[in-house]
Amino acid sequence: MSDPTALQRAKASLFSPSTRQKLLAFGSLVGLMVFFSVASPSFMQMDNMVGILQATAVNGVLAIGCTFVIITGGIDLSVGTLMTFCAVMAGVFLTYWGLPFPVGVAAAIFFGALSGFVSGVLIAKLKIPPFIATLGMMLLLKGLSLVISGTKPIYFNDTPEFPSISQDSLIGYFLPGLPIPNAVLILFLVAILSSLILNKTVLGSYTFALGSNEEAVRLSGVNVDRWKIIIYSLNGAICGVAGLLIASRLNSAQPALGQGYELDAIAAVVIGGTSLSGGAGTILGTIIGAFIMSVLTNGLRILSVAQEWQTVVTGVIIILAVYADLLRKRK
Amino acid sequence: MRWNRELLGIAIGVGLSAGLTGTSVAAEETYIPLVSKGFQHQFWQAVRSGAEQAGKDYKVKVTFEGPESEAMVDKQIDMLAAALAKKPNAIGFAALDSKAAIPLLKKAQAAKIPVVAFDSGVDSDIPVTTATTDNLAAAGLAADKMAELIGKSGEVAVVVHDQTSRTGIDRRDGFLNRIKSTYPNIKVVSVQYGGGDQLKSTEITKSILQANPNIKGIFGANEGSAIGVLNGAKEMKRKIVIIGYDSGKQQKAAIRDGSMAGAITQNPVGIGYKTVEAAVKALKGEKLPKVIDTGFYWYDKKNIDDPKIAAVLYD
Repeated sequence: MSDPTALQRAKASLFSPSTRQKLLAFGSLVGLMVFFSVASPSFMQMDNMVGILQATAVNGVLAIGCTFVIITGGIDLSVGTLMTFCAVMAGVFLTYWGLPFPVGVAAAIFFGALSGFVSGVLIAKLKIPPFIATLGMMLLLKGLSLVISGTKPIYFNDTPEFPSISQDSLIGYFLPGLPIPNAVLILFLVAILSSLILNKTVLGSYTFALGSNEEAVRLSGVNVDRWKIIIYSLNGAICGVAGLLIASRLNSAQPALGQGYELDAIAAVVIGGTSLSGGAGTILGTIIGAFIMSVLTNGLRILSVAQEWQTVVTGVIIILAVYADLLRKRK
Repeated sequence: MRWNRELLGIAIGVGLSAGLTGTSVAAEETYIPLVSKGFQHQFWQAVRSGAEQAGKDYKVKVTFEGPESEAMVDKQIDMLAAALAKKPNAIGFAALDSKAAIPLLKKAQAAKIPVVAFDSGVDSDIPVTTATTDNLAAAGLAADKMAELIGKSGEVAVVVHDQTSRTGIDRRDGFLNRIKSTYPNIKVVSVQYGGGDQLKSTEITKSILQANPNIKGIFGANEGSAIGVLNGAKEMKRKIVIIGYDSGKQQKAAIRDGSMAGAITQNPVGIGYKTVEAAVKALKGEKLPKVIDTGFYWYDKKNIDDPKIAAVLYD
């Protein structure tokens, strides 16, 4: 009270649009968790919580990649099949060629970045709209995964350390009561690194600037094309991490998998408050969005809600989340 | 702005309660969730109805779930994990990739939850039994019918959905082996794979007909393949003996109007029923056979409306 300006400032920051969005999303997540805990005793159990965390890891990592692209005002429809392609490439390096484990990990991330680079070039240099360029990449990568793998899953039986990427628990090793799988640890590492890139680096500043006003950025003498290509490549590399997570979880690269995952990732980004028209968004919001989706899916399953209705409810939630976001922006 | 959040909260509540009506689980009731390979396809809905019927007959609670496509191995694993979290008494499982599911199945075993495999087997000794169609024998029956209809001699071909899945391999080999062993005057001129896609199978059929002017009959090894064969023959205006597999509206109509000679139907309702029945028996400690054959039938114009056949066909 003695310092009204400080109080006002605190209030202003608490109720600033981006904070409000995060509170809204976070509030919905907490609300859902409370609802499901009350509705079913099976929900709030360590096993089930670990299951939810595990189920969020792949979609969460994909969604983080998408967040960058969507903030620039672009879109990437290829993230699902790109993830699969990276998993297949890891399989080629580790199982077909018998190369050491770290080489396989590096290969997945490298091919992810390379594919992202190609998307970036198509969009920035050839001026193909992102929706179409990445739609093409989605199909191209899906086909390549099937061709390279001979349409059969590639198993990682010769690389015993591979499943540990996502299934073992480093946290559980130190804290036996908390068997959180490594996949979740990796999700949070990727989230923290991405948040730093987005908020503390030039790359992050240009990501926001491109989404707000690309022309202004171009006119101020910035090489817009180069930054776009870098952002799509970064997104690709992040998808490579998702590819490692899913392959490690299944102990196999499943070549037919992947299509449809891009929509889950985009939904998580949008629920988390990132605007599809670009210029605004946060990694934290995306993570919360991904958790809202998996808590919802898991909770409805735990309550044995008929599967048709699970899909209906998920659709309603996505529409509501985006509408709430629009209302906030109109004020 | 506060009302935004409230609005969202209310709407979530409304949405959930709409979906929840009458689906909560009573604590003492025996609960058996089935995690299947699919959900949207009519075949799986028929499996589901069989399982629900058995649930009624044996007074157990049954739920049925499956991923949107048979490629989504990880989604199926999540479903299995959620099903186990509900601490069920037993579980039914049709694995998309049995190796990927082993850690969770081991968990079920450790928790003394009997697992009944259905549709396709699980490469492991954890399941107490497997309720499935004997696809080899079923395709053998298709070969017998084909031979009968073409007078035991001449050229035939097979359009299969794929060469990697268990059902694809078994149906192809069941048909080919029977022809080879029993009908020396029948020659299989072509075996092609159309991914179960109607359009692709149509194109394949047309090229087979183009290349083999004397061909007498084609066997389509699943619903999509059979429809493809049917369309291909129609577009080429060729009169051949077509034998299909499973049912579905189009296939049933073709059998009624005579453009398809007949088809093998599995018993999807029976698969669902036997899975739940086996789970109930396992819970009572009864001994179960390693494989439960859920049966298959030949159906054509004459017996399509027979109540026994009509019960296992789906639209």
